This record gives sequence, C-alpha cells and structure tokens, in this order.
Amino acid sequence: MITVQPSKTIDARGMACPGPLMALIGAIRQGQVGDVIEVWSSDQGSKTDIRAWVTKAKHELVSVTDETGYTRFTVRKAR
Amino acid sequence: MDDEEQSLSLVLFSGTDDKLSAAAVLAVGAAAMGRTVNVFLQYYALDAFRADRIARDHALSPEVTIEQAPSVKNHPGTHWSELFRQAKEVGEVSVHACALSMEMFKLEKNDLDPLVDDVEGVAAFMADATGPMVFI
Repeated sequence: MITVQPSKTIDARGMACPGPLMALIGAIRQGQVGDVIEVWSSDQGSKTDIRAWVTKAKHELVSVTDETGYTRFTVRKAR
Repeated sequence: MDDEEQSLSLVLFSGTDDKLSAAAVLAVGAAAMGRTVNVFLQYYALDAFRADRIARDHALSPEVTIEQAPSVKNHPGTHWSELFRQAKEVGEVSVHACALSMEMFKLEKNDLDPLVDDVEGVAAFMADATGPMVFI
C-alpha cells in the first residue's frame, strides 16, 4: 500500500455539517496543485459531501479511512 | 446541465435562527457545488439581517417542541451569518433585500449587514431567479 504524506492535516472532528467540507475547500484553495490535504471529520455528512465536492471540483479523493469515531479523507489538489 | 439547473434561489421569510440556519446550509452547499445562489430577504428574515441585530438570539420557530429546543440550541453548528459569508467566499452568491420589506421596517441599505448586496423589487429578483426556488 502506498502511503501519501499530507501537506496539511485538518482536524475538523466535532465540527457540524458542512464545517469539515468548508475547511477542506479553504485548504484546497490556499494550497498548490499536487498538495495532499487530509481532513479528519466526525460529521456523517462528510462521507457523502467530500466525495461529491471533490468530484465536482475535479480534485482527487486519494483515500477514505474509517477510524474510531471519525473518518480520514485524503484529497489531492488536482488543478 | 444548463444554467437554470445550476442555480438555486432561496426566498427567506422567517427570521428565526433555526430556519435561517437551514437556509444558510443550503446556500453554502449549493455554492460549494458550483451553483449560483440568489437569496431574497423578506419580512422577518430581512429584519434578522440588520447590522445591529444579526448576531443576537433570533429564537426558534413556533413548531419547535420543548423536547427539541435544547438539541437545536446546543448543537455546535456555525452561526448562519458565518455560513452565508462562507457561501459568498466559495461561490457566486448574491443577497437581495426585498424593497417592500425595507419600506415596511423603515430600513435603509446602510442598516443592513454587508452580506446584503442590494435592495431589489420582486420583479428584478425574479428576472435572475430562473431556476429552482425554495421558500423558507
């Protein structure tokens, strides 16, 4: 398994929907193409929203990993 | 998908924090997904956008029960005004004050929070609000 080192990790656990997504969008906008952003979220909406936004905004969802009590989303800024 | 499907118009009537929060979530979600969002503020929603009142407690809708109220009040969500600010940051969101409601409450543009872009009559709003419309 290839592990991708994130350029930035956002701990958005405890934030309500759509907080974690908005935090991700902010980080992607500030980042450089190729940057990998990791978001930790305990919000259920993130599971559908982050995937939907990443597809729509044409970035890359590298991985989604379930941890205890939260999910780690790894996203690469593609453009 | 044509331009009409890519927009969302929100007509806000209610001025309670729960309804404004629900509307703000729709606005920020639509904006994040690339839709143009047109917001029209009428009656109590417009009053809630007054610069001197936007941050204060606007209570909850009459339909909230005693059992539900603590869950709504204690939920750690972002304030609706901040969600609207985020929506404007990430997308194309315009907020228009209804001219009739402005007159009703004797408001001037300067009385409103900077989130509000302009004052419009209903026909001007409808000219832009060609896609799906939600009334809250």
